[in-house]
Amino acid sequence: MSLLPFFQWCYQSGLGVTIRTSTWAFPVIEAFHLLGFGLTAGAVLVVNLRLLGVGLSRQPVAQLSAAVKPWLIGGVTLMFISGIPLFLSESIKCYYSFAFWVKMTSLFLVLLFTFTVQRQAIKAGLTSNRPLLGRLTALISLGLWSGVAWGGRWIGFS
Amino acid sequence: MLFLPFFEQLADTPWSVGLHESEIAYSVIESIHVWSLCLFFGLAVMFDLRLLGWTMRKVPVSEFSHRLLPWTVAGFVILVISGTLLFYAIPLRSYQNIFFRSKMILLLLAGLNVWIFHSRVYPGVTKWDLDAVPPRAARVAGALSLALWIGVVVSGRMIAYNWFDCDRQPQPAIINFLTSCEPAEDH
Repeated sequence: MSLLPFFQWCYQSGLGVTIRTSTWAFPVIEAFHLLGFGLTAGAVLVVNLRLLGVGLSRQPVAQLSAAVKPWLIGGVTLMFISGIPLFLSESIKCYYSFAFWVKMTSLFLVLLFTFTVQRQAIKAGLTSNRPLLGRLTALISLGLWSGVAWGGRWIGFS
Repeated sequence: MLFLPFFEQLADTPWSVGLHESEIAYSVIESIHVWSLCLFFGLAVMFDLRLLGWTMRKVPVSEFSHRLLPWTVAGFVILVISGTLLFYAIPLRSYQNIFFRSKMILLLLAGLNVWIFHSRVYPGVTKWDLDAVPPRAARVAGALSLALWIGVVVSGRMIAYNWFDCDRQPQPAIINFLTSCEPAEDH
């Protein structure tokens, strides 16, 4: 089954049409989208640099992770709230954009990974007993988030 | 006025034309700019939030500065290098772009804030290193930093749009003044 009819339906949605016909709407929402991503990146970096042993090494990982969690969730929420209208306004372009699918796949994987595997590993204290495991989860997380950033930027080039 | 002929000449140099016309090179540099933005902006925001006492209250401010500032500086260096190349690819249009100009002014103010913070506020950090909520001066610096860097990012994103560009006339006189634009009379 093709997803194209769904993408066409999104494209025809009232919100999508409104944004598409406005001069300012897309750029302004896009700016919030970028700020949301920057905030997410900050929270993600604090935890992952710590896991890599090149950040706040004196702090317990679980404590750092808990401290930045509201900002991570805030950043991701801002990304979704701004990203969905952006998507609606150009969903057909996205359907045919390789970068869009790279971004969505990376985003799905990184959210799943962050809130299941990495979270459990940190909670269980696995990362303090096995620093290599912590480093591995950090590299996977940073790699996937980079995929989200590159994919996101390249949607605009297609 | 003085800069205009200089940037006109810069736009005619082979490397500028090459960068401008190479879609791949320009896109890759642009991507590096966004990627390093995440590194710089993300960590700067986290530091500002710590100064405001809004996150990581148990982390000493000096440890944050000592361990994460080098990453922030690295991100900034890559931002400046990639940003200079992006400017070099489209010098004249960028110079006359209203958002580029507001970005540069905000960047200057953000830099001034960093300088004041590190020369006036941060030297006394041992007195409030472990405070959950740092003193007023540090909070003000953090809030200013947050607002200014958000302004820089938003202005930067808007450079892509040509609403106020010199070749799109008529524009209000104030816009042409702010962009050093002198539209030809016969248009």
